[in-house]
Amino acid sequence: MDAAVGFSANFSPLPSSSPESVVRLRDFTRRFGDNTIISSLNLDIAAGEFVALLGRSGSGKTTLLRTLAGLDDVKGQDVTVPGSRAVVFQDARLLPWKRVWRNVALGLRGADIRQRAEAALQEVGLGHRLDAWPLTLSGGEAQRVALARALVREPQLLLLDEPFAALDALTRYRMHDLVLALWRQHRPAILMVTHDVDEAIALADRILVLDQGRIVTEQRIDAARGERSAVSGPLRERLLSILGGHEEPTASVVPFRLAAGQQA
Amino acid sequence: MSNLSSLARSIGRSRALSPVILLLIWELGPRTGVIPERTLAAPSEVAETLFDLVASGELLSNLLVSSGRVAAGLAIGITVGVALALLAGLSRPGEVAVDPLMQIKRTIPTLALTPLFIVWFGIGEAPKIALIAFASVFPVYLNLYSGIRGVDLRLIEGARSFGLSRAELVWHVVLPGALPSLLVGLRYSLSVAILVLVVAEQINASAGLGYLINNARDFMRTDIIVVCLMVYAVLGLLADWAVRVVETRALVWRPAIVEQ
Repeated sequence: MDAAVGFSANFSPLPSSSPESVVRLRDFTRRFGDNTIISSLNLDIAAGEFVALLGRSGSGKTTLLRTLAGLDDVKGQDVTVPGSRAVVFQDARLLPWKRVWRNVALGLRGADIRQRAEAALQEVGLGHRLDAWPLTLSGGEAQRVALARALVREPQLLLLDEPFAALDALTRYRMHDLVLALWRQHRPAILMVTHDVDEAIALADRILVLDQGRIVTEQRIDAARGERSAVSGPLRERLLSILGGHEEPTASVVPFRLAAGQQA
Repeated sequence: MSNLSSLARSIGRSRALSPVILLLIWELGPRTGVIPERTLAAPSEVAETLFDLVASGELLSNLLVSSGRVAAGLAIGITVGVALALLAGLSRPGEVAVDPLMQIKRTIPTLALTPLFIVWFGIGEAPKIALIAFASVFPVYLNLYSGIRGVDLRLIEGARSFGLSRAELVWHVVLPGALPSLLVGLRYSLSVAILVLVVAEQINASAGLGYLINNARDFMRTDIIVVCLMVYAVLGLLADWAVRVVETRALVWRPAIVEQ
């Protein structure tokens, strides 16, 4: 089964740029004052590729995502991102004063925006909540609206910023299936920032681990989704040890001792 | 017996009890001569006067004059306040230019400007309306300005990620986000306007509630004065109610209102 995973022991920092890349970063560096958040990063994402980005907090994940979303200035840097892109944030960021379908239609141009918004909402299973107010939605529903709002733009690049982190486990699994179905239907390139190793293994074609502003590991998964149970075990171990989060839980537990005088 | 005692108990607990007792004492005072009538008229007499003033149309015509002053002053004040808040809230140069002046203005009690306004505008309608306008600018300005600056940055960023232009951002995100603050400012402005009205109408008025009060003072008609005080109170309540009606319509997306 190892063949399906294809561990790459010595990861090459400069991938050969393929012509169909929609995202291309070369020697990308980002500083805030003296803090270097991202240093000399190279990244390519192919059209229709599903990439998961893992990293501890403070590793630069969010900064990278903001750069790709066009929210941060990239003056003088070698950054190529497609013109049509959309973001789904961890908090759905719906405008509470606009009805659900108007949130989906936000910024759309043309005559049939209501129909387009309606179609997108039906696709995420919310055809019955078109005229609801966002503050009346559950967390999962709000996140599905955010997905519809992103997909209605038919983006070449879909950026997901820990989109399921605030959801309960059952809703999260449903959202995984939904995202995969939408991805197969619309085929955008996806960069999903997550801290959940299992989520990354279940969904992505390729997993990147970011640490201190550098990509320290790149892992392609060739096994089909749904047939990954065999590879996920060792892969999870490896990724967790790279993330530094795989300490023995007992090691940090201080045994509780009764004071001498209290002993029975 | 138990019915009677439970009735007594519920009366004892009622919040209406103390106002009713006060009203009774107030009624008894002038009637027994403990309180001279020129000091304070009895409630029954006030009610009678109210009826007479309404019947003769005197109250309504003066009330209309006063309402007209408030409406004109508020229209000017709110327009200027909103314009300045948009200028200061939406642009840095605007903020630098406008906000310091508004903060200086805030330190001057509006009513202290009365003599100056009389010198400038005379003793007709103009100084009354100008005072109300001047006083009602600030609550609208302050609340709308801080509302604009307080709009959730994550929402702005989210909308920006969908390629909205600056004008679209202002229209779809910033202004609706600042609307609740504007309504708070509006409510303050309304009550300030009525407060200033009371004082402004003491300036040589020949009509209006203030004129009624001044006249009544000259003839020691405390009953008319009390009627006018009641009308002022009702005006305040009406103003509050009006803003609340606007709020329930404009902020229909808020869950508390949605669930109703």
